[in-house]
Amino acid sequence: MGANLWVNYGEAVAAVLFGIGFGNLLLQKNLIKKIIGLNIMDSAVYLFLAEKGYIEGRAAPIVVNGVQEAAAYINPIPSGLVLTGIVVSVSVSALMLSLTIRLYRRYHTLDLDQISLMIKREGR
Amino acid sequence: MDFVCNIPFISILLSLFSGTICSVLPGRAAKWVNTAVIVSVGIMSAILLVYVNGTQESFVYMMGHFPAPWGNEIRAGVLEAGMALFFCMIMLLCMWGGRKKLDEEVEESKHNLYYILVNLILSSLLALIYTNDLFTAYVFVEINTIAACGLIMIRQIGRTLEAAVRYMIMSLVGSGLLLIGICMLYDLTGHLLMSNIQEAVAQILEEGTYTVPLVITMALMVTGLAIKSALFPFHAWLPDAYGYSTISSAAILSSLVSKGYIFLLIKIIYRVFGFSVFHDSHIINVLFVFGLAAMIFGSLSAIKESDIRRMIAFSSVAQIGYIYMGIGLGTKVGMIASIYHIIGHAAGKALLFIAVIGLTDASGFSRSFFDLDGAAYRNKIAGIGFTVGALSMVGVPMFAGFVSKLLFAQAAVNNVGKLMPTMIVLAVSTILNAIYFMKTVIRIYTPAENTEFAVIPLKREKLYGVAVVLFVILNITLGMLSQPVVDMIRSGLEMFA
Repeated sequence: MGANLWVNYGEAVAAVLFGIGFGNLLLQKNLIKKIIGLNIMDSAVYLFLAEKGYIEGRAAPIVVNGVQEAAAYINPIPSGLVLTGIVVSVSVSALMLSLTIRLYRRYHTLDLDQISLMIKREGR
Repeated sequence: MDFVCNIPFISILLSLFSGTICSVLPGRAAKWVNTAVIVSVGIMSAILLVYVNGTQESFVYMMGHFPAPWGNEIRAGVLEAGMALFFCMIMLLCMWGGRKKLDEEVEESKHNLYYILVNLILSSLLALIYTNDLFTAYVFVEINTIAACGLIMIRQIGRTLEAAVRYMIMSLVGSGLLLIGICMLYDLTGHLLMSNIQEAVAQILEEGTYTVPLVITMALMVTGLAIKSALFPFHAWLPDAYGYSTISSAAILSSLVSKGYIFLLIKIIYRVFGFSVFHDSHIINVLFVFGLAAMIFGSLSAIKESDIRRMIAFSSVAQIGYIYMGIGLGTKVGMIASIYHIIGHAAGKALLFIAVIGLTDASGFSRSFFDLDGAAYRNKIAGIGFTVGALSMVGVPMFAGFVSKLLFAQAAVNNVGKLMPTMIVLAVSTILNAIYFMKTVIRIYTPAENTEFAVIPLKREKLYGVAVVLFVILNITLGMLSQPVVDMIRSGLEMFA
């Protein structure tokens, strides 16, 4: 168990980062900190994927010097997944930030609980 | 391969591109494009349903002609085609029923944006229904989330903004879990296509290696999708999002968006892990317990609520609980019951939302329960619609809700260990449903003493009337002619495995 953890330290770090991001996204009151948590969580997933796709001693799957056999290159699919994931996470972060700006302009605070209280007081 | 096999791909692309086209069109034109797209996708899905029903086997459609382990695939069977057809029908009626309210509540300049979002929701739902690739499913889950967030906040008041933020946070937690689950599954199996993963999963189980990571992966994906579809402890965003957004949004969100995730979950259970693997893991019991809890607590919250739209929103929590309870029963009949309840609840809940807006409009836009006295006399068609929807939700014979409850009870009989809790909670939940729905029905049919609110004549809202009447017909048809639908679900599930 311990030895496996040491060999796959990249995945272990990714899991810890995922936990940190997940906790921040759920538990922070401040909206900006929540978004930071979201980004940490997503980055952890990309680290996990990149770590899984990498094979020791091999190159990125771009043909140079005419080397054609598959054994020379790493698995390209996780890299593709990371790219797709980054696109998704950028758009989601942008949406969250724009929502945060709107809420901040209206209520002048970033604390979600206070915003809820103010909305209740508005009474509609 | 017949030309009909192109339909899933065409309908996804059609709705996706019409979304982009709507961004440069004025509001009125976008409205017509939207209606045309929903109708044409519906017709195409009906043709596909007839075709697949004739051949009695599902087909796989290669995207870009790359064969199985590398390319992306679309897969369609009876269940997929039927779901696509049904979602189109509900979506069209929701748009019709909420059109007048949309014109009132949303600024003129933003109308075309609304139709973009609806088209995107349609395309992502279709993709979730048809796709055979897990990562594609993840991408469309996110598209669905973003579009749904837009649907909530298109009416810009403080409540909807806050609800949209809460919805986004909960959804992002869910999709984060789903994403890490998919990545781990890819690492375990080396595939992203559902059929290949299933073979690899069978091999993993046979060799006995990596069984613990497999269960964890399953748990992550199921939890992620359960959070996204607002299963009981994760429903905090739901009442505000359904209660304050414009009415078409509320109807589409409750009846279609959350159902898309549940359908994806059912697909993952059958096509990725395999039903027996899922059944043998203990995750199924967790879903069962949370489903039961949702049935009780959703209904209790609904009874306490005095805002009629929030009451219906809480009722959604209870109904989602029914669906998860059916999945948790772990029998085939239970799964059929769950899928039938997806259909029945979509028809009933959308009708309720559309009908409620007529009632509140006839009561001076007050959403409070106490102002609704005699509202059914002031807006007759909405009153009838609400009554039918309420009867269906409570589970009175002749309406869709009854059939699904009957199926749930039948499914419980097959599973001895879960028989007693299911029966007791079904009975309690039905009584609780009856309490809050019937008290509302009685109130809207109690003649009001001081009629300060004007009667809304039927002629003024023709499209609304048509939508409600069609919804009523749909509910009664589902309740009376349930056998063909159940047979369709059964053969669809057989094609899944």
